[in-house]
Amino acid sequence: MYIILVVSLNLSMGFTGLINLGHLAFWGVGAYTSALLTLNGVPWYFAMLAAGIVAAFFGFILALPTSKIKGDYLAIVSLGLVFIMDSVVRNWTSLTRGALGLPGIPRITSSSINFLVFSFILAAVVYFFAYKLVSSKHGKIMQAVRDDETAAKVLGKNTQLYKIMSLVISTFMAGIAGSLFAHYITFIDPTIFSPDILIIVLSMLIVGGLASLNGAVFGAIIVLALSELPRIIIVVPALIGPIRDMTFALLVLIVLIYKPRGLFGKVDL
Amino acid sequence: MMLSIKSVAKNFGGVKAVNKCSFDIEENKITALIGPNGAGKTTLFNIISGLIGIDKGTIKLQNENITNLQPHKIANLGISRTFQLTKVFRNMSIKDNMLLAKHTSEEEIKKILDSVYLHKPLDTFASELSYGQQRLLEIARALLMPHSLLMLDEPTAGVNPKIRQELKLILKNLKKEGKTVLLIEHDMDFVMSVSDTIVVLNQGRVLKIGNPKQVVKDKKVLEAYLGK
Repeated sequence: MYIILVVSLNLSMGFTGLINLGHLAFWGVGAYTSALLTLNGVPWYFAMLAAGIVAAFFGFILALPTSKIKGDYLAIVSLGLVFIMDSVVRNWTSLTRGALGLPGIPRITSSSINFLVFSFILAAVVYFFAYKLVSSKHGKIMQAVRDDETAAKVLGKNTQLYKIMSLVISTFMAGIAGSLFAHYITFIDPTIFSPDILIIVLSMLIVGGLASLNGAVFGAIIVLALSELPRIIIVVPALIGPIRDMTFALLVLIVLIYKPRGLFGKVDL
Repeated sequence: MMLSIKSVAKNFGGVKAVNKCSFDIEENKITALIGPNGAGKTTLFNIISGLIGIDKGTIKLQNENITNLQPHKIANLGISRTFQLTKVFRNMSIKDNMLLAKHTSEEEIKKILDSVYLHKPLDTFASELSYGQQRLLEIARALLMPHSLLMLDEPTAGVNPKIRQELKLILKNLKKEGKTVLLIEHDMDFVMSVSDTIVVLNQGRVLKIGNPKQVVKDKKVLEAYLGK
């Protein structure tokens, strides 16, 4: 799930230069869409596809007014979307049950191992699609938009279209990741829009590096492995959370000092 | 006529950056746009290429109205340009930079790069090139892009004398090939040696249009550059 999330965030942030801090909102939209549909009898595969489509629709809605802005401004606007989604989910109680959350989301596999295999296959499909995209002519244009949008424009590229396309594809993937999460955890509530998860995903991106799909994969694995480590080696449960947070901070700091572009990054942060 | 600019005006707040500017650019000629700093040369370049919208006037490219069209549409109609501060895609290779201008063979890319005296492996990243070499890459990219009008914004700015000489040769070759070029340049020797026509701008207005000999003797032009 995290690999899909980081790969998709890397598409918009690393390859197109769109600082999209609202990625979590699309992940949450995907989770809620899939949960609500399956709880109402829709098969999980349709629900998962719908999760991607609904998240992509929200991505499109965000992209339309923001396709003319970049950098910090886009970061602020997109981050605002997380808080809007959080507020909507908390207050639209007739649909989402608000803070009570949605329990009993059906699992999509009978065992955890099968779910792991399924998640791995899905992550591989997303990786392959992202790889094909960034290696294509369109992917190169996305990278040109990141490096210098004005130069891309005078070379005849419709940069707004590519920014919208990048956001829509990356938010579709985030929606799929959200669906996967909902069916794994079987219970979701508005806390999924918490900045904690955003920080984890951004840490993965920073550690792995921007504009590198391998970086996205290894960043996710390294950060996730480190976040699980305190649970194994620390005996006092109260210390697990704080030590995990400190580990994240330390890892990001070390990477930023010694490898400012991340382990596999190809562009500056 | 390649490009026709009629009564173009652009204000930034109270500043008249371009003030009722009118002139034509003939086909197969090199036209230089000169003037003191702040005359509105780069603003006019940005207006022609669609990066800045105008308040009044019309711009026609080969009789097609391109006024206030989006930059990518203008580029696809045949205007290719470079910038005063070089704009290459720094995190991409020379080859990828070139392919963004036109999807073509390595052979054609190498031919264009040779014509601008940039002899570097195609997989070299643009960020690894010196400033002068980035300038040459940007010109090569603009040349590769299908175009009818090439606009070069201060191509010799910040480059060493060797590259300056190479740029002079590039412009002379373009002249021989009958290309239509609009050039902004401060180096007067350079301008005089390559231009067919010179348009002098001052405070957003056209001060003088003529051939290099006419322009260099004009009193108003001398005043604009040197003061009374």
